[in-house]
Amino acid sequence: MGKLTNEELLKKINDKFPNQVTLLGEPFGLITFETGREQIIDVLTYLKNDPALLFGYLTDITAIHYPELEKPIGVIYHLHSLVNNVRVRLKVFLTDDDVHIPTATVLWNGANWMERETYDFFGVIFDGHPDLRRILNVDDMTAFPMRKEFPLEDPNRVDKKDYFFGR
Amino acid sequence: MQNHPVFTDNDPQTELSTLNLGPTHPATHGVFQNVLQLDGERIVSGVSTIGYIHRAFEKIAEHRPFYQITPLTDRMNYCSSPINNMGWHMTVEKLLGIETPKRVDYLRVIIMELARISDHLICNSVLAVDTGAATGFFYVMEYREAIYEIYEEICGSRLTTNIGRIGGFERNFNAIAFRKLRKFLKEYPAVLKEFENLTKRNRIFIDRTKDVAAVTAEDALNYSWSGPILRAAGVDYDVRAMEPYSSYEDFEFEVPVGSNGDVYNRYLVRQEEMWQSLRLIEQALVKLEKEPSDIFHADVPDFYLPPKEDVYNNMEALIYHFKIVMGEIPTPNTEVYHAVEGGNGELGFYLVNDGGRSPYRLHFRRPSFINYQMYAPMSRGMLLSDAIINMSSLNVIAGELDA
Repeated sequence: MGKLTNEELLKKINDKFPNQVTLLGEPFGLITFETGREQIIDVLTYLKNDPALLFGYLTDITAIHYPELEKPIGVIYHLHSLVNNVRVRLKVFLTDDDVHIPTATVLWNGANWMERETYDFFGVIFDGHPDLRRILNVDDMTAFPMRKEFPLEDPNRVDKKDYFFGR
Repeated sequence: MQNHPVFTDNDPQTELSTLNLGPTHPATHGVFQNVLQLDGERIVSGVSTIGYIHRAFEKIAEHRPFYQITPLTDRMNYCSSPINNMGWHMTVEKLLGIETPKRVDYLRVIIMELARISDHLICNSVLAVDTGAATGFFYVMEYREAIYEIYEEICGSRLTTNIGRIGGFERNFNAIAFRKLRKFLKEYPAVLKEFENLTKRNRIFIDRTKDVAAVTAEDALNYSWSGPILRAAGVDYDVRAMEPYSSYEDFEFEVPVGSNGDVYNRYLVRQEEMWQSLRLIEQALVKLEKEPSDIFHADVPDFYLPPKEDVYNNMEALIYHFKIVMGEIPTPNTEVYHAVEGGNGELGFYLVNDGGRSPYRLHFRRPSFINYQMYAPMSRGMLLSDAIINMSSLNVIAGELDA
């Protein structure tokens, strides 16, 4: 089992995709990249199939919403190389008016429900997905409830404002 | 793919019948709905509908301080809620940079392995019920009860435990807890052995389970399976061994691996994991003897609530209590992914923090959710009765599926 270091991974990614993938940091040893939706499938394919990397295990797909950013919706992939025992995190940020990203189901069948869940809660549309329907919420729901503009509780309550709680 | 319509003419010989298996059906052990197209007793296609007990935990978690999220994690895999609790505590500890003492780690290992035993015990004994052997189930349930009594001594509750705190445990293990634990360790192996005698070489059980719903390692990995069902398919991925947490690296244990991923292999893997869990608990008890017996939490006054008597009588404790409850302590502005080996596989917590007292975003990587998506595609061509035991052996827990 050859141990792959984050530096080697960074170098390989930079050689293969010059100026297309940016390093965001290594929080707690988990190397994090940002890329665009044009090359996300190429990057995932490369990570999955390169004989030295073999990130063949898709741990998770999820999303995050930063309403104040220019590109507010981030889609986050966690991959795991079981051979090298290294994890990697990829992020793709999308603008509010064009929340489209190609599907990863072409690489992993397991991406199917993860992408459906992401669509259900954040409204990210995965182009080419075989069955992009809501999964946990009811089908006729119109909102994407994990976006920050949807309050959890009645917004008129005054006793639970964020500023009471250090936010 | 899994939702394609089936077109038939009206010829009774070729017309398929539609069966709603679930949402509440005694054979599905939880809220699962599958709309099946049946040709006689054979499944032609199926569609899973999930989300019946979705409770928006990820949204609720964005509005709660870290220590109040623990009871939410209880309600995911409620057959082994201590593993969820510990996984969450360890995620927050990783974020805050808290080092737990060895004794806390070993106590956690004991609790997590007890939880694993109770989880696997339910799955395997229910599998026996579904193949027609109700006796084994009633027999071993007594020992799940024994495990719950140990939880009760430690945290006061049984099913949804809310066990432990960020940094350790809320109180030290008392003598009764250790006595009950030793009693369990003494009695349980014979019970597990007897349950194994009842099922492992039982002709009927083998006929019902062997080569049913076999899954190749490639398919299992392609569907991101994890946990006992992935290991039954022949992939030796166990988070405890790959990325040890809570001092698992100090312990000797084997990761059992199956060969063809059928229901019988999954049963065998779970059975062997229970033996390994017993081994781990025995080792942990030996290791505990070398640790100071009064330590049960890390020394992190910024995040660990002081005892209530101190809050009333001691100035510092009152200040810390106030600061913790009001969330006045800054936390790092970063993100963390932490995974533990839950009863069903890799239980991951992806926590994005913005420095406030509650997560900016918290995502649970729930093994049941990811494991279950292969259920409908793999049921195609299967007999209905095989599909039932296939679901039992996947051990999908509705709370974890829907979060």
